[in-house]
Amino acid sequence: MDNCNQGSQGNHTEKTIRYTIIVLPLLISILFPLVIKFEGNKNGGIPAAVLPGLLNSFSFFFVIIAALLPTPIASYSIVGEKVEKSLEPLLATPTTDGEILLGKSIAAFLPTITATYAGATIFMILIDNVTHSTLGYLYFPNWTIGVILLLLAPLAAVLSVELNVIASARVSDVRAASQLGALMFLPFTAIYVAGEIGLISLDTNNLLIISAIVAALDVVLFRISTATFRRDEILTKWK
Amino acid sequence: MIETVNLTKKFGDLTAVDGVSLRVEEGEVFGFLGPNGAGKTTTVRMLCCLISKTSGAARIANYEVGDDADSLKIRKIIGLVPDSVGLYDDLTAYDNLDFYGKLYKCTETQRRENIQRFLKMLGLWEKKDVAAGAFSKGMKQKLAIARALIHEPEVLFLDEPTVNLDPESSKTVRDFLLELKKEKKTIFLNTHNLDEAQRICDRIGILNTKLMAVGTPEELERSVTGRKTVIQLERVDEAVLNALKKLSIGKMFKDDNRITIHVVDPGKENPAIVRAIVEAGGNVQSVSVLGSTLEDAYLKLVKETK
Repeated sequence: MDNCNQGSQGNHTEKTIRYTIIVLPLLISILFPLVIKFEGNKNGGIPAAVLPGLLNSFSFFFVIIAALLPTPIASYSIVGEKVEKSLEPLLATPTTDGEILLGKSIAAFLPTITATYAGATIFMILIDNVTHSTLGYLYFPNWTIGVILLLLAPLAAVLSVELNVIASARVSDVRAASQLGALMFLPFTAIYVAGEIGLISLDTNNLLIISAIVAALDVVLFRISTATFRRDEILTKWK
Repeated sequence: MIETVNLTKKFGDLTAVDGVSLRVEEGEVFGFLGPNGAGKTTTVRMLCCLISKTSGAARIANYEVGDDADSLKIRKIIGLVPDSVGLYDDLTAYDNLDFYGKLYKCTETQRRENIQRFLKMLGLWEKKDVAAGAFSKGMKQKLAIARALIHEPEVLFLDEPTVNLDPESSKTVRDFLLELKKEKKTIFLNTHNLDEAQRICDRIGILNTKLMAVGTPEELERSVTGRKTVIQLERVDEAVLNALKKLSIGKMFKDDNRITIHVVDPGKENPAIVRAIVEAGGNVQSVSVLGSTLEDAYLKLVKETK
């Protein structure tokens, strides 16, 4: 019975991870160009002066995606092994805490960044298709999307991975880990909203500043994750 | 190979392992017997550097348990079969072992050879490409043992390896452990299966939070109630009883024509006893030795701690 439950839980988690990683970036990459194309076809279209700002805002969604996608994998990383009872033999190997955390982080980071880049590539191709006819030039690639995809999105993904791995090592329940990890979605959404209501401009300079802050947080969180990884507690206090 | 001195583990106010001191020699199969909650798993987890000790000392191959640098070295030379197998169900049997071989930094050749060797020894080679999730409990247990051996550890820790297995699978696992014993592998076996401990282990420790006794199965049997030699005579007379009283032997009881004598080592004491009876004119019809079993010893020691 236990095995059945564990098996079905494992399959469910796998499906959730697969759908989240594939569907979300694909949806964003197709939906936004469609909105612009659809809006452009009525009421005289989106003004040329507004379109670049709008496209920058939409581009920022790939930072939010990069922060959101690692949640199902990273939050499951440690607590999932505990639930499946594979953690004890793993911890008995000569791997260090840092190696285990790094391995778990890479496993969550790579699919995230691959899916984010794949979605962003589709997004840029479709948007360029629209801007070629409306603005008369290809909007992407540009410096803003360059900073977003090559700097901020990976750093946001790392931040999310680390937070999720910390959450996964501290809680005893997969759902609790996912819920805690999903909180990473909030600060980047707040930045997006701040950009939309005009509090900040999501231009290249500001994106570089945000990237520097996120990079600093990455370093701090990695230190916290290695310092708070307690084999004793993980093996003895979890039910 | 393994040495503990006053090894203690407390979880808050609860003492799980209380001052355990023992020594396991290289190539020895040591059994840890005890009821549920006796501290067997906690002891193994401490020795495998999975959880910290509260006090005392433990060494494996002269590496100090609890020392960060030594802990990594200890984990390199030990293999652990935990009470829950914890395999990766989506990976094949081969890939499960290969993954662990990589974690132990085995070379590709070493991994390939050892995977083939252990899967063949455990009768799983034909199933090497089947996902572990599709395996029966017995097959999973065997695969977990192969996983623990993939890097050819010096010491193998097994925590209840035959629990919940059907008799046939239990026998396969036991036979495999006996094979490893022939190869002079140091094995630390947690079990509450007395028969298994008696068949496989060179020495046994009985644990109930504290270490109650350590010895060979025979020593443990003797240490609790000793053994009795029962001699059936044609007739028991005063001359026979007087002859026996002159010997330095244990307590003696007479029941009709039967004499029961408490002995420590029947092999050494019985010839003298029989000789004394015969020289006193007694006619011996039969001599038998009654001994306490390991189960008697175990139950008595465990009861004493309650």
